[in-house]
Amino acid sequence: MYVAVKGGEKAIDAAHAWLAEERRGDVNVPELSVDQIREQMALAVNRVMAEGSLYDPDLAALAIKQARGDLIEAIFLIRAYRTTLPRFGYTNPVETEAMQCDRRISATFKDAPGGQVLGPTFDYTHRLLDFKLAADGEVPEAPSRETEAGPVPHITEFLNQEGLIQNEVDSDTAPRDLTREPLELPADRALRLQSLTRGDEGFILGMAYSTQRGYARNHAFVGELRIGTCAVEMDIPELGFAVEIGEIELTECETVNQFAGSKTEPPQFTRGYGLVFGQTERKAISMALVDRALRWKEMGEDNMGAPAQDEEFVLYHADNIQATGFLEHIKLPHYVDFQSELELVRKMRAEAQAQAMPEAAE
Amino acid sequence: MHAIEERKGWIGLLAKAPAGRLAALWNDVADRPAFTHLRAPEVGGAMVRGRMGGTGAPFNLGEMTVTRCSVRLDSGEVGHGYVQGRDKAKAETAALIDALMQTGAAATIRGAVLTPLQDDMTKAKAARAEKAAATKVDFFTMVRGED
Repeated sequence: MYVAVKGGEKAIDAAHAWLAEERRGDVNVPELSVDQIREQMALAVNRVMAEGSLYDPDLAALAIKQARGDLIEAIFLIRAYRTTLPRFGYTNPVETEAMQCDRRISATFKDAPGGQVLGPTFDYTHRLLDFKLAADGEVPEAPSRETEAGPVPHITEFLNQEGLIQNEVDSDTAPRDLTREPLELPADRALRLQSLTRGDEGFILGMAYSTQRGYARNHAFVGELRIGTCAVEMDIPELGFAVEIGEIELTECETVNQFAGSKTEPPQFTRGYGLVFGQTERKAISMALVDRALRWKEMGEDNMGAPAQDEEFVLYHADNIQATGFLEHIKLPHYVDFQSELELVRKMRAEAQAQAMPEAAE
Repeated sequence: MHAIEERKGWIGLLAKAPAGRLAALWNDVADRPAFTHLRAPEVGGAMVRGRMGGTGAPFNLGEMTVTRCSVRLDSGEVGHGYVQGRDKAKAETAALIDALMQTGAAATIRGAVLTPLQDDMTKAKAARAEKAAATKVDFFTMVRGED
């Protein structure tokens, strides 16, 4: 029997009121401000911007506060917000060559022009808990050194000049946009990169790691990893020319991968590419590895049947908002669906019992 | 052409300027022009693009928030502001400054607002670059053996 039910409003209101109280926590502890989150939880803010696919540190910090630090919930809030924004246009591609780098390292060339700049990194720390941070403490000012003028060229361009790495071909074609059309396969590389850059960090990391462990192995070197700020320029119709509309922090990773060559191509290195909002280097490196693995078709490589080569598997499962939406919906009321399953199982059991013991049933 | 480059310069500077600092400098400007909105301040998004491999074909990277505003001064000049973020007052200030920079007040505005903003931002960038430079690795080779 099907009976429609209403109710729960009071319970829901009470639950949300309690949520607000729990979010605040112990009132004897000072409340976190959005500014504090933006400044002191910057890498969480960066992750929310990258996977929320909206660059706005204040909004990301607010979302983290509202979500009680649940980053996927915060990303959900940002994704929902961004759908309310009118789209003013598409920017010109950011020129990462001109990035003001906070960090720039290469694992392939020690003496690269521009040097190895470590930046504010966790690398080479001992991963020991620092109990000084539990107490209020002044931070000593970081050292400065005179800057050397001179360009910081992309490392892969050196290889490119010698023809030792696959060339990247520029194009005027407008790339397809995931936010304007549903993801359909086969996806071209532009769509794959858009999908990967906003994909879940944990998922992309897992996929990338699988390629390192031998599933679609394509041994990657980090040719270059750079983190810094780039100006963003957009054509403004009412002005008739392009102007800078802001400046964003980006992490870029270019991998150099082995490639034996084919009938048409001489032996050369190939590329994987990662570009992500904010200081997000684990994600950018992961993205580059997965990008490379997904390029097997255009490289004429064998399909090893590896998960990271399967674009349907990777792209349809990388988005943590789609994933959590479908996953978490199963906790919401399914009383009617379940009732019908229950009826069915009871009926099948009764039939099975009747067949097993025909006399008893009579 | 030169005029366009200059205008691009100040519009871009205003887009990136810290809102608080711009508001403070603008508040000190004595002569506020009368104006009407051609487009009231409006918050929106721009889809930022990157290039595959840093140099190749474009792809869509993600959006950023942008606020825009257009004004016409009573004297006729039209100004446009496109600023990063969601600050409507900042977008309106940027549009007004863009309009004023096309008037006789240009030199005053440059001295009172644009130059100090540019100086601040150049200093901040330089300070960051110097910290980065301090983390640049100086390699040295360990000499092994005596021969």
